[in-house]
Amino acid sequence: MATKAKAEKAATGEDGGSRRDFLILATSAVGATGAALAAWPLVDSMNPSADVLALSATEVDISPIEVGQAITIQWRGKPVFIRHRTADEIARAENTKLDELPDPQTDQDRVEKPQWLVLVGVCTHLGCIPLGQKVGEPRGDWGGWFCPCHGSHYDLSGRIRKGPAPKNLSVPPYTFLDDTMLRIG
Amino acid sequence: MLSPEKGIGKWIEDRLPVFSIARHSLIDYPTPRNLNYWWNFGSLAGITLVIMIVTGIVLAMQYTPHVDMAFNSVERIMRDVNYGWLLRYLHMNGGTMFFIVVYIHIFRGLYYGSYKAPREILWWLGIVILLLMMATAFMGYVLPWGQMSFWGTTVITNMFSAVPLVGEDIVTWLWGGFTVGNATLNRFFSLHYLLPFVIVGVVLMHIWALHTVKSNNPLGIDMKGPQDSIPFHPYYTVKDNFGLGVFFFVYLTIVFFFPNFFGEPDNYIPANPMATPPHIVPEWYFLPFYAILRAVPDKLGGVIAMFASILILFVLPWLDRARVRSARFRPIYKQFFWLFLVDCFVLGWVGANPPEGMFVTIGQVATIYYFAHFLILLPLLGMFEKTRPLPESIAASVTSAAVTSSKG
Repeated sequence: MATKAKAEKAATGEDGGSRRDFLILATSAVGATGAALAAWPLVDSMNPSADVLALSATEVDISPIEVGQAITIQWRGKPVFIRHRTADEIARAENTKLDELPDPQTDQDRVEKPQWLVLVGVCTHLGCIPLGQKVGEPRGDWGGWFCPCHGSHYDLSGRIRKGPAPKNLSVPPYTFLDDTMLRIG
Repeated sequence: MLSPEKGIGKWIEDRLPVFSIARHSLIDYPTPRNLNYWWNFGSLAGITLVIMIVTGIVLAMQYTPHVDMAFNSVERIMRDVNYGWLLRYLHMNGGTMFFIVVYIHIFRGLYYGSYKAPREILWWLGIVILLLMMATAFMGYVLPWGQMSFWGTTVITNMFSAVPLVGEDIVTWLWGGFTVGNATLNRFFSLHYLLPFVIVGVVLMHIWALHTVKSNNPLGIDMKGPQDSIPFHPYYTVKDNFGLGVFFFVYLTIVFFFPNFFGEPDNYIPANPMATPPHIVPEWYFLPFYAILRAVPDKLGGVIAMFASILILFVLPWLDRARVRSARFRPIYKQFFWLFLVDCFVLGWVGANPPEGMFVTIGQVATIYYFAHFLILLPLLGMFEKTRPLPESIAASVTSAAVTSSKG
């Protein structure tokens, strides 16, 4: 035991060994920190640039959209569905029982004003754009949207009802600037 | 830590001997014990190459190689891309630093006779790297598509029209059109991305050749045994790292405080094929060669002289007949070395000025001296110079009275 402790002391003791170890460790640590800091600008340059971030809010005039109509606009490069729902559609969306839904959420939680439904038009399965915006397109079994890629059905609140998509169509952040102007983002 | 003796390390080592190769070439590599700071510039050049490739790859992610968009995409990098200004200034001034480092590296070789037997192929590979660097730098300068980009390309590519008979056809082929245009910009971008990786390949051969013949040293005599050498690690890794710190201090001072010092203001004017700037100059690292080009009053002759000024380095090991390598023991060569260096600076100064008045004469005299150095002075020195006695060995020169004979 004694000889072992002595040997350990010699390896790490006052003969300069530990001093050198300390210097190597300290130098390496400073070097590694410097390298990491230098790498950050390279990594960050691949994040969205200022001109891309500048596109993160879109304003749209919703006054021309008649009851029952829907339009698609672009926000951050993605399609956003704006649907002017009829009274019947609102009633159907609001009266849906939560236990029928794979991703339970009330219609009230998904809208600011019941007649205006605003959704990101990207299927939550693998990113296709669901059909149902234009007249004559299939709208699925619940009268909302139908994704042609893998057959997901969305209802009149944009909630997933059937198919492989795990979640409801997401609601983008938006505010009504006044009765006719909607700001998305 | 992985060990090549056991476990996963041994499993890898038995299949691909990365550990022993790394140990052999980065740790145990026997290095002359007397290398001075001029020997730092090889590793600095390698690190600069890595910096250029890394910043270049991320810049290429933001750049658009199209005549209508290239200039604006560079401005977008400067204003909108996160740290884009930093990356571009690092890349721009990294080119300058690369040439400074490599020119010092080359003149180090000239002073200490590093091109002589058995290092001829090592020297050749270095010249190939220089030529590739020049091509890469030239094509990179075209990419921002400013006035100097456009007119510099026009002038340099037009040099090939001096080739007899097929000159005009060659230039049209280089351009992919009847002027420098979108096709030119696209192919230059493609090659500017490719050539650095070719340089990496030649650098690996350069290092391979170096590790075969071993490093030269300030005495220019061979290592005769273990007493003359020290392992590369930790002695030269530490020394190279210290040099790297100094290098970064200079490099980053330029990047942060004088980023456009080496650039031309005219290159912040978008390329205009209908108006030539009044005074076209290449980047500073081409100026001596540009002066040689203009010194010869004949189109083809000027182009030949310019290329010959670099290609002559290939035959340098046979033009310099002296068997003593280091200028420390060649009192006459040492003086001509400094004269030659001054001559190169004079050529650079002439190249930066318009070809008028006294600059024409100075440029011609300096050009003649440039070639006379290689073709007349060096062969004559080999015959007539009386060299000083060489020390017995590297170890002896530092441990005995031989110290006095190695001063200088």
